[in-house]
Amino acid sequence: MNFLEWYRVDRLPSIFCAGCGIGTVINCTLSAVTSMGWRRNDVVFLSGIGCSSRAPGYIRTDSLHTTHGRALAFATGVKLAEPRLNVILFTGDGDLAAIGGNHFIHACRRNIDLTVVCVNNYIYGMTGGQGSPTTPVGARSSTTPYGSTETPFDLSELAMAAGANYVSRWTPYHTKELTAAVKAGLETPGLSFIEVMTQCPTGYGRANRLRDVKEFMEIFRMRSMLKQKADRLLKEGKPVPPDAIVIGEFVRRSRPVMGRRG
Amino acid sequence: MTMRRFLQGNIACAEGAIAAGCRFFAGYPITPSTEVAEHMAERLPKMGGTFIQMEDEIASIAAVIGASWTGKRAMTATSGPGLSLMMENIGYAAMTETPCVIVDIQRGGPSTGQPTMASQGDMLQARFGSHGDYSIIALSPSGVQEMYEMTVHAFNMADRYRIPVFLMADEIVGHMREPMEVPDSVLIIQRRLLEEEGRKPFEPREDLVPDFPLFGHGHFVHVTGLTHDERGYPSTSNPEVHERLVKRLVQKVEGARREIAMFDVVNPDAEVVFVSYGAPSRSVQQVLHDFPGEGFGHLRLKTPWPFPEWAPGRFENAKTFIFPELNMGQMARELERHVDQPVISVPKLGGALHSPEELAKVAMEER
Ligand SMILES: Cc1ncc(C[n+]2csc(CCOP(=O)(O)OP(=O)(O)O)c2C)c(N)n1
Ligand code: SF4
Repeated sequence: MNFLEWYRVDRLPSIFCAGCGIGTVINCTLSAVTSMGWRRNDVVFLSGIGCSSRAPGYIRTDSLHTTHGRALAFATGVKLAEPRLNVILFTGDGDLAAIGGNHFIHACRRNIDLTVVCVNNYIYGMTGGQGSPTTPVGARSSTTPYGSTETPFDLSELAMAAGANYVSRWTPYHTKELTAAVKAGLETPGLSFIEVMTQCPTGYGRANRLRDVKEFMEIFRMRSMLKQKADRLLKEGKPVPPDAIVIGEFVRRSRPVMGRRG
Repeated sequence: MTMRRFLQGNIACAEGAIAAGCRFFAGYPITPSTEVAEHMAERLPKMGGTFIQMEDEIASIAAVIGASWTGKRAMTATSGPGLSLMMENIGYAAMTETPCVIVDIQRGGPSTGQPTMASQGDMLQARFGSHGDYSIIALSPSGVQEMYEMTVHAFNMADRYRIPVFLMADEIVGHMREPMEVPDSVLIIQRRLLEEEGRKPFEPREDLVPDFPLFGHGHFVHVTGLTHDERGYPSTSNPEVHERLVKRLVQKVEGARREIAMFDVVNPDAEVVFVSYGAPSRSVQQVLHDFPGEGFGHLRLKTPWPFPEWAPGRFENAKTFIFPELNMGQMARELERHVDQPVISVPKLGGALHSPEELAKVAMEER
């Protein structure tokens, strides 16, 4: 599908580093949005602050690039004031789960009709690679030079527990599935959360000897485990490898929704 | 036509907002402002409007800004601790030129301070609280009638200049009950919408205010708190773009001070002149009433910000300005910058108003 008219071509090239996964996430998202048959007039993108939050600036729709962590609160205002608009957010693991963590759980609790695409690159990319709430134990960053000792959040589990109607997790290796997941999110009334475990070769990669995008892709391919399989292992009392990236659809349900038109 | 009603200040504020066409309210409960939210929660759903209690004040002002981009008149109400939390997003509203109204029913600070007692301790925070340079308008009501009228006016000014506008009330004015005249209809000045083909979304008109590109109307506008050019595109390392933008954000308000500023002048021949805004104006009015022979003057600032620096000059014989405030002299400092005569700051902390007697005593000593 051609969605060139959805890009602000006059703003390219983007600020993203070579090999960054954010471009893939934008492509998959736009592919899903255009497959809904929506016009650019029907869609508003919002974001907070971070590399991933720069995405709306490259999309030719109305967009609100807000303050660090707060995009969900701004989006709540947009959606409730004008339910006709389809509201989509780009966010990062720091933006969503650290400074914006409270807005995240409350947006999920309200189950407000928004789609949230989270670029989880395990790190603060924009500020130069500091640890985030999703940095794995042992992983290095500029603020965890001896390896992180904090237990990370599982953002998809968090969204599910807080009440989101649709939750799924993929990686840039799984572009078809990711596109389908964003589409499912757009179709599901209520809060849809799509988490994309994404490579940041500059921040995370440099600190953890993972500068090569091919290596990242290999990890996404090898370590990914479908949610069904992980659930089955758990049911059988078998261990899920600690470094497994559990992917797939976590939940699709119809809890009461806020901000749905008509 | 008007209707006489006996209302609490906070309720009058909410009613004024509704009369002004406010159809979106987001807030977080805090004494002594909560009645504004409660009244909006009751009224808005019946009028097709939206009330939402957010998870905190940061989210409240964020939701208000988001709603404003869809064209809704939107407001929040809070008190000192909540205002402190809102500051980053207030700067965002200034930078993105988003009309919004922030009601601050001031209470004693710093910190949690005196939740149920009045103060005017947020006057400088309202003006300068967010980082960077920008300008805002602040209105100070001194009674229930003005709680209503100034709330209406706040929406008009927010739309006219595309800025955050503050209603800087306090616990006394918010909780007092007085008879007031509710008008059948109020003057509404809508924001100027972007309609001209090919006009850039952040291209200012002669009054330095750009036309507003409503979301969902095909403008495809990118709104960012980053320094941006007239297309709205980030331009963060060009010194000229930054300087032009920030100077315009300040100048569109400061350059229009004579249009914006409202004040009352009583006894312009006076030598001893009281200056006040908000609740202490009531005590000053009482002094002038009780001592008619003394010829005291009174300058009442209805818009402390932008400060009308020419207003004190209306008192040509003024020898002294006496400035009672429910803080340690926040606006007195501003007055001092603009007059040659001595400014006697009369601070009052703790929540009570200055008594007319104590103000009269200060004035008598100056005579
Ligand atoms: C209030 C505030 N605190 C800190 C910052 C600095 N800051 C900018 S981006 C960022 C982290 C971004 O990390 P993440 O959300 O994971 O996005 P990424 O850049 O990795 O895509 C921080 C801390 C800020 N802009 N605002
Ligand atoms: S720092 Fe990381 S997240 Fe940011 S653009 Fe570069 S690769 Fe992408």
